[in-house]
Amino acid sequence: MAPWDYDLLIIGGGPAGLTAGLYAGRARLKTLLLEKLIHGGQMMTTDLVENYPGFPDGISGFELSDRMRRQAERFGLEIINAEVLKLEPGPPAHKVILADRQLSAGAVLIATGASYKRLGVPGEAEFIGKGVSFCATCDGALYRDQEIALVGGGDTALSETIFLERFAKKIHLIHRRRELRGAKYLQERLLQLEKVEIHWDSVVTAIKGNQAVEALELKDVKTQGTSTLPVAGVFIAIGINPNTAWLNGLLPMDDWGFIITDPEMATPIQGIFAAGDVRAKSLWQIATAVGDGATAAFAAEKYLENLSQG
Amino acid sequence: MAGPEPLPVSDANFEQEILKSDIPALVDFWAAWCGPCRAIAPVVEELAREYQGKVKVGKMNVDENAKTPAKYGIRAIPTLIIFKGGQIVEQITGAVSRAVIETALKKAL
Repeated sequence: MAPWDYDLLIIGGGPAGLTAGLYAGRARLKTLLLEKLIHGGQMMTTDLVENYPGFPDGISGFELSDRMRRQAERFGLEIINAEVLKLEPGPPAHKVILADRQLSAGAVLIATGASYKRLGVPGEAEFIGKGVSFCATCDGALYRDQEIALVGGGDTALSETIFLERFAKKIHLIHRRRELRGAKYLQERLLQLEKVEIHWDSVVTAIKGNQAVEALELKDVKTQGTSTLPVAGVFIAIGINPNTAWLNGLLPMDDWGFIITDPEMATPIQGIFAAGDVRAKSLWQIATAVGDGATAAFAAEKYLENLSQG
Repeated sequence: MAGPEPLPVSDANFEQEILKSDIPALVDFWAAWCGPCRAIAPVVEELAREYQGKVKVGKMNVDENAKTPAKYGIRAIPTLIIFKGGQIVEQITGAVSRAVIETALKKAL
């Protein structure tokens, strides 16, 4: 009998967690994946994934999530819906505290991903679900033939603008720089869209309305000139924040809260690993999350082997 | 009687099927490309079966029906609304756990 409930506990069911689950299952580690809401993570809200190899025509984020889950379960991964409240590190036995019980494990993988970053301007929190959206694929259809705005300039911002263009009468893309950051391919597609108007060097300073969003206050960062842009909705895609607040600084993190690991995904606490968007790195993508997950599961397996050989 | 599957409702029959329902009604406003909507769909289907006869469960595709979502000011999906006697008694926006939906449903009964 192992001295703990599970060999490996995976916290988070996005691409990193599901890939780690697949590898751990094939390594015959007794593994449980804890997912707070829905497996798939941010993939779940992605319309079409075009940069994950193996799907030359793209694949919906929902479908890809489901395939990853089924593949991991085929090799024995157990998945439950539960939110982790606290991690109490060993080693050797680490404790994971849930609302109704606690579980122990030889190794823990933190794959809690990231959430959408907020603008932090007046009106934003107030109008979430009333014109402020962080999910174009969810809410785009509700803005048919209306004038809307999207804030951002990275990959997510560009692909969401391209997605929204099919519904909206007009889309204002608001970007704080003079150049977009998203993949050149997406920039090329975006520039061909007639319904998109780009507001360069511009930031949103406030979101205005009565019952719902009616207008944005914009500021030109070069000239400091301000203007009001009437829109029915604003989509925000300005990057991600790691979901690490629940750790209460247990592990070393960078200035933005991403967990710092070594190349094997190991944290300074033995037997605790981190993978995917929650980790400090240079590129947060499904493709890199999957690599992190595989590496972490392999490292956890080696770690547990060494432990048992004492 | 509520059927075992959520009943697809449209702008045309919303009043008849939902507002004039003699039992409380739960409506799931969704769209095909909304991942979180697809994720909660199985939960809504389960509830339709379990609360058969007690709650009428309907689903409205917001991409095909514009009037009803506009009337209720729906700007985000999934949105679940529970109606009782034609009035909104509970409204839930975003994908949530089964427990949250069930708690709201029990309050409405």
